[in-house]
Amino acid sequence: MDIDFEPEDKAFRDDVRSFIEENYPQHLVGVDRGELSKEDFLAWHKILAKKGWAAPSWPEEFGGTGWTVTQKYIWNEESAAFGTIPPLPFGIAMLGPVIYNFGNQEQKDWVLPGILSGDTWWCQGYSEPGAGSDLAGLKTKAELEGDEYVVNGHKIWTTLAQHADWMFCLVRTSSDGKPQEGISFLLIDMNTPGIEVKPIITIDGGHEVNEVFLTDVRVPAKNLVGEQDKGWTIAKFLLGNERSGIAGVARSKKAIDRLRDIARGELEDGAPLLDSADFARKISELEIDLTALEYTELRTLASESKGQGPGPESSILKIKGTEIQQRITELTMEAVGNYASPWVPQLDRGDNYLSIGPDHAEGVSQSYFNNRKTSIYGGSNEIQRNIIAKMVLGL
Amino acid sequence: MDFSFTEEQTLLRNMVQSFVQDNYDFDSRMKIVRSEEGMSREIWGQFAELGLLAAPFSEEMGGLDGGPIETMVIMEELGRGLVVEPYLPTIVLCGGILSRHASDAQKEAHLPGIIGGEDVWALAYAEPQSRFNPADVLTSAKADGDGYVLNGTKAVVAAAPWASKLIVSARISGDQRDSDGLGLFIVEKSASGVSTQDYPTVDGNRASEVTLENVTVGADALIGDAGNGLALLDEALDYGIGAVCAEAIGHMKCLNDATVEYCKTRKQFGVPIGSFQVLQHRMVDMFMEYEQSVSMTYMVNMKLTESEAERKKAAAGAKVQIGKSGRFVGQEAVQLHGGMGMTEELNVGHYFKRLTVIDTQFGNVDHHLKRFAAA
Repeated sequence: MDIDFEPEDKAFRDDVRSFIEENYPQHLVGVDRGELSKEDFLAWHKILAKKGWAAPSWPEEFGGTGWTVTQKYIWNEESAAFGTIPPLPFGIAMLGPVIYNFGNQEQKDWVLPGILSGDTWWCQGYSEPGAGSDLAGLKTKAELEGDEYVVNGHKIWTTLAQHADWMFCLVRTSSDGKPQEGISFLLIDMNTPGIEVKPIITIDGGHEVNEVFLTDVRVPAKNLVGEQDKGWTIAKFLLGNERSGIAGVARSKKAIDRLRDIARGELEDGAPLLDSADFARKISELEIDLTALEYTELRTLASESKGQGPGPESSILKIKGTEIQQRITELTMEAVGNYASPWVPQLDRGDNYLSIGPDHAEGVSQSYFNNRKTSIYGGSNEIQRNIIAKMVLGL
Repeated sequence: MDFSFTEEQTLLRNMVQSFVQDNYDFDSRMKIVRSEEGMSREIWGQFAELGLLAAPFSEEMGGLDGGPIETMVIMEELGRGLVVEPYLPTIVLCGGILSRHASDAQKEAHLPGIIGGEDVWALAYAEPQSRFNPADVLTSAKADGDGYVLNGTKAVVAAAPWASKLIVSARISGDQRDSDGLGLFIVEKSASGVSTQDYPTVDGNRASEVTLENVTVGADALIGDAGNGLALLDEALDYGIGAVCAEAIGHMKCLNDATVEYCKTRKQFGVPIGSFQVLQHRMVDMFMEYEQSVSMTYMVNMKLTESEAERKKAAAGAKVQIGKSGRFVGQEAVQLHGGMGMTEELNVGHYFKRLTVIDTQFGNVDHHLKRFAAA
């Protein structure tokens, strides 16, 4: 057993660190995701695309970097330590691997370049009002008429669909057999007539998710990925990929550093809150749990580098990763005391807006409320536990 | 021993409950929260007509002679409706201080305006550096002839945007965190030198940063004896804790009912999700947290009028219970509602947000654990 990096890995780390420092857009340093415009979201991605680093997780032949597992890990660590805007997951992490594993040549040729360049923004049309945890219960219907599918249905929790050019969508093409058996994976142009995107405002006051209504939306049959009625395999493959990146260890480390800074600046009876034994203990507990998760993730990576794909164990990363993220935001909110209460939505701030309380209190409760979603999305933590119970423990 | 409510208390509960049901459904509440002012003067006037604003005051002052139990009943029902109108700051906190400690002349001058619904009051005690310690006061009160001159900044003063009058804690003598030397002063918000920065809070309420710059007040502004303000303030905050505990059990009850109902009707995998044992146990845990919170809420409200030592310990213990349970119930209610629990459109998230603020209000779990241990 050995946890030290090789010299060439250390050199690689220095290279990517200086690349990030030299090239990351100044105006996006330390910016909250909630404040980003579409251009902001894509700014860093486009710089990486030019460098050829937009999709480190992809095979080289499709535009990946050819990095080793360790190098990819270092890249994620350095990106998080600097606090870059996380890359949009929909294209790079979700759809890309689906296309190069299940798509035909024509689909590879037109889908992958748009993802890499950042010119095409994808959203994920999975959940429906009646199909959440039970995704296979989806009802959005696609009927083949000539060389077109006619799609009718209602998708929900569609993240950032307001910016999307295209949607990859699970649709029902057959009602025969088990629910899993009649599902297909379809690529839909968001500009097609019959698509309506309606915002959902969440309890943190933000607009990230949407409802997407599809009424007689005509989709060319060539936009079907894989075989008709066999989309469930693709859907599950994609969810497995969604889970593996979700631990967020490096970003949680960064968030704990920030928490510690805040606690250093907050006073309790005249002394820094960080000096309070109670508070320091809670930060330490978080840090220890995060260390355990980090090593669990490294163990997963190590077996991945030996060719074993992310198995159902990756559900551990999702559960523990999101629980830790939630506890960090909770403790950060606790750190700022009374100043967790002020709540002035971005839209209501005039030109003369003065921030309330210390700058570091800004947005901490929004972040706490927003992060409650992490144990719900991407397969709720209850579903993840079911996966471990069934697939790992054999129960 | 008797945990039952009197007939009058039950009538009071029924009255508040039906008022809230008839006039304060969730849509009406959100309209009020999103309105320019953020509260409804009309609703406040109706509270006055119903006698709610008179409830805790003695009959000779024009009140109905209610005690902490009556306040508890009212606050629980207001909690169920997520009512934002400032019952807690005006009636429980400021009204309480006035009725217990103000001079006859002060009572005559100020209580009719409270009972009649004309005046909203806010208690300005926290400061930017004070966190949860009410003795940590930099705002100064310098003797000036018969009166005082006040200077300082007060932080996150709930209901201050709506208030015409404030009770302000200020240091007459001693060092920053001394327990002696504080005074509680009645300050007109319109007085020269008082300025506010108003803003909404997480829970749909409004608050202000209040700055006092050479604000002169007369001798008649001081409540009780000079230098004894902390004892009055501590007591008021404990009454406040009794009230927010009641409000919080109102929230928890609604969240638990909504969650159970949702899990009975929401179907996944062809069955109601409430048929899954893992979710059943979570709802059982939520139910037990609620019951434990009810117990502590009754306990603290029965002990508010006991000795100072007993009152403090009871308030600290109850606040710890409510903080923990409120967080658990709020988080689980959102989780069990899935994506729906995350939406602004559903009331679940709003109960959760108010419970989150209550966890911090008057001091969080850590603060009251220490206070309990020291009591």
